[in-house]
Amino acid sequence: MALGSKILLVAGLLTLVACPAEAQTAAPSGAMLGAACVLCHGPDSAGAGAVPGLKGHNKDYLVVMMKAFRSGERPATVMGRVAKGFSDAEIDAVSAYYAGLK
Amino acid sequence: MTAIHTTISRRRFVRLAGAAGALGAVGMMGCAAQGQAPRGRVVVIGGGFGGATAAKYVKKADPAIDVTLVEQNPKFTTCPYSNLVLGGLRKMEDITFGYGALADKHGVRVVHDAAVSVDPAQRTVRLRGGQTLNYDKLIMSPGIDIRWNALAGYDEAASQVMPHAWRAGEQTVLLRRQLESMPDGGLVIMVAPANPFRCPPGPYERSCMIGHYLKTNKPRSKLLILDAKDQISKQGLFTDAWAKVYPNIVEWVPLSKDGKVTKVDVREMTVETEFGKRHRGNVVNVIPPQKAGAIADAAGVADQTGWCPVDPMTMESKLQKNIHVIGDASNAAPMPKSGFAANSQAKVVATAVVDMMNGRTPGAPAWLNTCYSHVAPNYGISVVNVYRATPQAFVEVQGSGGVSPVQAPPAMRVQEALFADAWYESITADMFG
Repeated sequence: MALGSKILLVAGLLTLVACPAEAQTAAPSGAMLGAACVLCHGPDSAGAGAVPGLKGHNKDYLVVMMKAFRSGERPATVMGRVAKGFSDAEIDAVSAYYAGLK
Repeated sequence: MTAIHTTISRRRFVRLAGAAGALGAVGMMGCAAQGQAPRGRVVVIGGGFGGATAAKYVKKADPAIDVTLVEQNPKFTTCPYSNLVLGGLRKMEDITFGYGALADKHGVRVVHDAAVSVDPAQRTVRLRGGQTLNYDKLIMSPGIDIRWNALAGYDEAASQVMPHAWRAGEQTVLLRRQLESMPDGGLVIMVAPANPFRCPPGPYERSCMIGHYLKTNKPRSKLLILDAKDQISKQGLFTDAWAKVYPNIVEWVPLSKDGKVTKVDVREMTVETEFGKRHRGNVVNVIPPQKAGAIADAAGVADQTGWCPVDPMTMESKLQKNIHVIGDASNAAPMPKSGFAANSQAKVVATAVVDMMNGRTPGAPAWLNTCYSHVAPNYGISVVNVYRATPQAFVEVQGSGGVSPVQAPPAMRVQEALFADAWYESITADMFG
């Protein structure tokens, strides 16, 4: 692949990732972004059945997982489709929120 | 004398102690504000996916707010998973919940009565029992009402013969009983409505669950879906499931193939389509046209579409100040009318209302929707959507969400069925736990 098309590809990916942030006027808080997670990840985000818990995990781990789901690097059943709706800043905020829950 | 006196005293003491206990529960809200009057009053109308969640989360975010939930039924039967009751995979008691924890654990005052009118100027809600409630903020989550007679011949009496089962409860039991008493070789007809309506994938999950019941119990029987649409939710997935899992059992007739039903006749047990074709069924399930729950009309928050326009940032009605509308009754398109979306909206509205009552500007909202459908035992599929807001509109995040792949290994279908169960367990605990 020529360098030019590589740059175009990277630029294209960046545009795609930037879109979520453009759709809103201000940034939702980590708590707001994470409010719906408990609907599958269990009461208090402690896990439910086949779905793992979220609270108290290392923040960097949550960030890496969300980004791997978003890129498809980590195959997913549902989370890939969820993660594609989150910008880098949003992934950071929601990960910090769940890492902070005891 | 002494003995009698002691007895009386003890009785009085017990009675007084009970009254003190009851006062204590009410007084707790005052305690949080250190003996002062509560921060303000929030009334929530409707104890379903939107309302029960909103009441709990307002109280969680600010215990000093006095929260009253108005819900006419003592128990709530969820529409999600009611299709599994029809399929024989769940019992009614598995999908029925009480309001005990909301009252006892979270300090929500639960009033089992019906709201009959709202005065937006006086900020009052009148209940059928005669009581009047004052509010600073009103959150309405009344769900849907049926547009009786919008489909010719389909009135409330007709729904006792041709159940809609689109509000779970007695209607679900009635439809299940009709399926059970139908002879093998019979025809089940489902009438599916045009958009918008509660739970876009619901009719088609139901078709699979009825299909499952027929396949396992009455294999010579058939289900005919007569649809007023050409495009349906999770279309590729349901079409695939009908062909592979329920061949010769489920048949879907879309709008363009004369699927739109314009008239029903409960005495003849027939339905008639746009171009005059009549079908006679042993069991007829009519999912009729819908609108926001009647109280939305009475409060002046519904527009000519029958649904309630809202400000995306706070879910506040565009027609009445200090009234917020969430759940199926609101028009939050492109967000679907789903239990998940209603719960997600409830958290946005709870945060906004608490911020406003504390003199803060509400933060930016965010919503998520994940709708699972059960196609067969150990066979689940889903659709995911992620939403943000601009001041003017609800916006689906570009490139996000989507449906399960049509080509997927069986392990993924099993996993989605398990995830669906985890979702149901989690969301009902979030509402009622």
